[in-house]
Amino acid sequence: MSHRLPDLGRLIDRSKRIGFRFNGAPLAGHPGDTLASALLANDRMMVGRSFKYHRPRGVVASGAEEPNALVNMGEGPGFEPNQRATTTELFDGLTARSQNHWPSLEFDVGAVNTYLSRFLPAGFYYKMFMYPRAFWKHVYEPFIRQSAGLGQAPKDRDRDTYEHFYAFTDVLVIGGGVAGLQAAHSAAQSGARVLVLEQTAHWGGRAPVDGGSFGGAPAEEAVEQLLEELRQMDNVTLRSRTMGAGVYDHGYVLGYERLTDHLPLAKGPRHRLWRIRAAQIVTATGAIERPLSFAGNDVPGVMLASAMRDYAVNYGVAAGKRIVVATNNDDAYRTAICLKEAGVEVARILDARSRGGGALMEEARALGIRIDCGRAIGKVSGGKRVAKVMICAQDGAGGALEEVACDAVAMSGGWSPVVHLWSHCGGKLLWDDQQALFRPDPDRPPTGADGAGFVRAAGAANGHAGLDAILSDATAAGRAAAKAAGFKPKRTAAPRGESTEEQPLEPVWLMPREAEPHLRAKSWLDFQNDVKVSDVQLAAREGFESVEHTKRYTTLGMATDQGKLSNINGLAILSDALGQPIPATGTTTFRPPYTPISMGAIAGEARGDVFQPLRKTPMHEWHEQQGADWEPVGHWRRPYAFPRAGERVHDAVEREVKNTRQAVGLLDASTLGKILVKGPHAGRFLDMLYTNMMSTLKPGRCRYGLMCSENGFLIDDGVVARIDEDTFLCHTTTGGADRIHAMMEEWLQTEWWDWKVYVANLTEQFAQVAVVGPKARELLNSLGGMDLSAEALPFMAWADGQIGGFDCRVYRISFSGELSFEIAVRAGQGLAFWEALMQAGETFGVMPYGTEALHIMRAEKGFIMIGDETDGTVIPQDLGLDWAISKKKDDYLGKRAQERPHMTDPNRWKLVGLETLDGSVLPDGAYAVAPGRNANGQRNTQGRVTSTYHSPTLGKGIAMGLVLNGPDRMGEVLEFLGTDDKTFKARIVDPVFYDKEGEKQNV
Amino acid sequence: MSDPVSALNGAEFHGLIDVADAGLTGMITLRGNLGAAKAKKAVKAVTGTAVPAVGEVLGSGETATAWMSPDELLLIVPYAEVAQRVAKAETALAGEHAMVVDVSDARAVLTVTGSDAREVMAKLCPVDLSPAAFGKGDFRRTRMAQIPAALWMTESDQFTVICFRSVADYAFALLKVAAQPGSAVGAF
Repeated sequence: MSHRLPDLGRLIDRSKRIGFRFNGAPLAGHPGDTLASALLANDRMMVGRSFKYHRPRGVVASGAEEPNALVNMGEGPGFEPNQRATTTELFDGLTARSQNHWPSLEFDVGAVNTYLSRFLPAGFYYKMFMYPRAFWKHVYEPFIRQSAGLGQAPKDRDRDTYEHFYAFTDVLVIGGGVAGLQAAHSAAQSGARVLVLEQTAHWGGRAPVDGGSFGGAPAEEAVEQLLEELRQMDNVTLRSRTMGAGVYDHGYVLGYERLTDHLPLAKGPRHRLWRIRAAQIVTATGAIERPLSFAGNDVPGVMLASAMRDYAVNYGVAAGKRIVVATNNDDAYRTAICLKEAGVEVARILDARSRGGGALMEEARALGIRIDCGRAIGKVSGGKRVAKVMICAQDGAGGALEEVACDAVAMSGGWSPVVHLWSHCGGKLLWDDQQALFRPDPDRPPTGADGAGFVRAAGAANGHAGLDAILSDATAAGRAAAKAAGFKPKRTAAPRGESTEEQPLEPVWLMPREAEPHLRAKSWLDFQNDVKVSDVQLAAREGFESVEHTKRYTTLGMATDQGKLSNINGLAILSDALGQPIPATGTTTFRPPYTPISMGAIAGEARGDVFQPLRKTPMHEWHEQQGADWEPVGHWRRPYAFPRAGERVHDAVEREVKNTRQAVGLLDASTLGKILVKGPHAGRFLDMLYTNMMSTLKPGRCRYGLMCSENGFLIDDGVVARIDEDTFLCHTTTGGADRIHAMMEEWLQTEWWDWKVYVANLTEQFAQVAVVGPKARELLNSLGGMDLSAEALPFMAWADGQIGGFDCRVYRISFSGELSFEIAVRAGQGLAFWEALMQAGETFGVMPYGTEALHIMRAEKGFIMIGDETDGTVIPQDLGLDWAISKKKDDYLGKRAQERPHMTDPNRWKLVGLETLDGSVLPDGAYAVAPGRNANGQRNTQGRVTSTYHSPTLGKGIAMGLVLNGPDRMGEVLEFLGTDDKTFKARIVDPVFYDKEGEKQNV
Repeated sequence: MSDPVSALNGAEFHGLIDVADAGLTGMITLRGNLGAAKAKKAVKAVTGTAVPAVGEVLGSGETATAWMSPDELLLIVPYAEVAQRVAKAETALAGEHAMVVDVSDARAVLTVTGSDAREVMAKLCPVDLSPAAFGKGDFRRTRMAQIPAALWMTESDQFTVICFRSVADYAFALLKVAAQPGSAVGAF
């Protein structure tokens, strides 16, 4: 059984105990424990069930590479699935539940899959679920949904907050082990700003566990000294619990800081996403030990040798009482020595190398540990826990020579440098045959805009082993990074490191080498996705030669751990099956993030009130107080209508339309775009932007204009006012203000850079109120001020003046067909002006109206609306707006496009009015059917509805639509399709339903 | 006639840092050939400063000139004097192709004050705000989370931040979130 040792445990505080719960059971650990170490201390070796076969699984690793120990953490609004127990720091009151089992971890119905495993090989799902076709929807998918998925989806709203932080540095060091700290130290001496990220809560990486010494002190002490020196340097920033998650172009790096995961009661954000710009990057990300592929290597109790050592040294936890070590290298002997010295029985060391190892082997032997060379594990037996190990010859097929009882197995297949961050942005790898590992190729780094590399690997991440080699490599990397960042590095010697000399490993990709099929079918490569040696070999036999294809076919390396333990072993098996060397097979692609990061961290502050900016006019709050029903228009919220207490929104809209037509209404038109265009070439510029002629407009007058894209399609419309000889004010749609302003700048900066024109977006400088209706003039006159008579200010004119003491500019323009004044005042006085109008308007029956009333009134007048009558495929000619297209101009944006055959096709659908025969309202977007069916068996169409409303003025449904040869078919009745098989009959009519002569607006 | 009000109407927040409405601020956009003698004269006449270099703000307090783009400056003046100063600039620029326009009401101005002000701003703006890289006299047009913004330092622990008027509430709420208790970064 796994248990707490009487000694060791450099990271835990044995004087304090803290309580936590696992699957409801109350357990205890010490501050400094991880959830994994605390579970092991409580003899909870089995922590979950595997994904496909529901096999019992235990803790395998001690860090970010852990594939098995994923738990559902927390409760309710603090719940999060798939949390790695090995990187979760224990805190008082922690609750965790194991995943992927039913009804319980100990007894799981899905475990029957393991007996079916020979029927569930690689590609099973692809092969099985193809036929019969109807089964997918009704049988397979419901079944898979029931069974698949590791963690549960959270049900509650996340209670935590998150944030971003933008950081800039000359040199970024990712990894706070000996290599990272030394690289940082060496870079910092040049004066460069250095930022160091370490994913765990502790500095020094593996060195304090693995031993050795440098700078004249034991590793643990030497790390402290190095850290102290770095802390004294003003130009160095050290961040622990911060993972370098991804490296991107231009030295952009994401750092993932976990602030309160271990302090659930602390105030402040839970995670912080560091968005870093680094001139140069050093990846000192260390190395990860590889498992060995032998039968039963997934039984709980089989663990990486380094992890077993970590649990002993860091947390004072032994994985078992009687341990067998299997290895192909010297490093695993450290585990045997450490455990033996801690009083744990080490039953056997099985060294696959026929001649064994070097000094560490001798040390182990001197402690009285039995060492068998050229031996392998044939099979591990045990269900929920290792019970015994069958020993065989490594050069064989698995014939058992001996059985050894034990309760834990330490395995080591060598080490793989963590090359992920080097590779994220295109750094290439080379295969090191000597050490049997992929390491960064210094000649092919990720390159920046200047073609030079901006990432360097250092230490174990660069394929080095032994403290001395690691320290000198890190010193050189730090120095080179500082130099590349433009600093003058100091020539200081690297500290000398001392660690025990090691003999070379012997690659072991399968144990034993010629393992029989039934053993290969129980030799796991990917623990999390349940991929075995036999699956990869099957894929190769079925023709999956590319490692990327094999990955997707077998799901090797596709789980949340992204194959940190499995990838190299898997591609070695694939290479062997294909009869080619490992570098010819290559690796799969490394993509960020290094380990999963929370969605909250990605969203940062953007949730709740600040999920998205909400644009507000100066009168917004007034509208809110009146209980406005809102409509989103871009990022603005505009009142859709102002329903009164107890009034339905629809009734409010009807009332607002009637009141505006009969008395007077107020519209908050502040959101309309207002772009100032000024310069000697302003007229020429606007002649190019608008389809009609703007340069002939007289100062003091207004003109409606259309804007098209280069492809001829109508993109915006609005009224242009000429302010003076050189100056125009262009009104755009609400949604068009920013993009039209940007388009103007683009044309002026790129194509017409020599035209003398400046533009400024004044949309928000002014609050604008439309005062609309037959009593509009009376209302304004009652406030006193400028002359608003038809003589002084005729239709389509504007004037500056004062109304009720407010400085204003008044435009006589109308989008409703009524007498209408659009009045602009400075935004800071917008609310006061609005309130003054409401107050003075009381005797005239004034009411505010919203966007729906605005829409209905414009539709009654047959005015088009950008976004209703247009959808990016409509040209002005389709809308009968030929009158607004100048024939005199040589050019305007869209002119040539509109001359193309498809645009001049007489069969383009054209704008008409539509009136249902029974007065009902046509459904929006409904299609008019034509005789016959198309190639897909659908009914042919001959038109569609673009705007449709109930007109309170006319007391019936009115609509506009685009219809084939529409204007030539006045009076014809079309059939429109609704939903639920309903049909509507509507007559083609003139789109102007109200006041065709335009008398009302011109009084 | 009533007095104009700023978008935030005097709002204040006290947390990790203090956020406050800076109130009505006169702002004039000047576009033109910034190298021309008349442009220099106009700037001198309005704010009393020279034409700032790229990324620079000259002047202080209520009267300053900030570099916005190769052909655009922001002139900051007392709100009550905007019309008069626009006229001054126009006089100085007579005969020159240029644009002078009052944008005071189109924007909101906030002050962000406190020893953690740099870090709070660095949570929202992709700008190197470390003391080594950004100080008094530096001016930056950037974005603050999802909105455009401009910022500069008026004191060693104080930023002035400009955003569009319509998103003033968002900007204020954003700063409150970024200044929540327990969120000090400790990076600068």
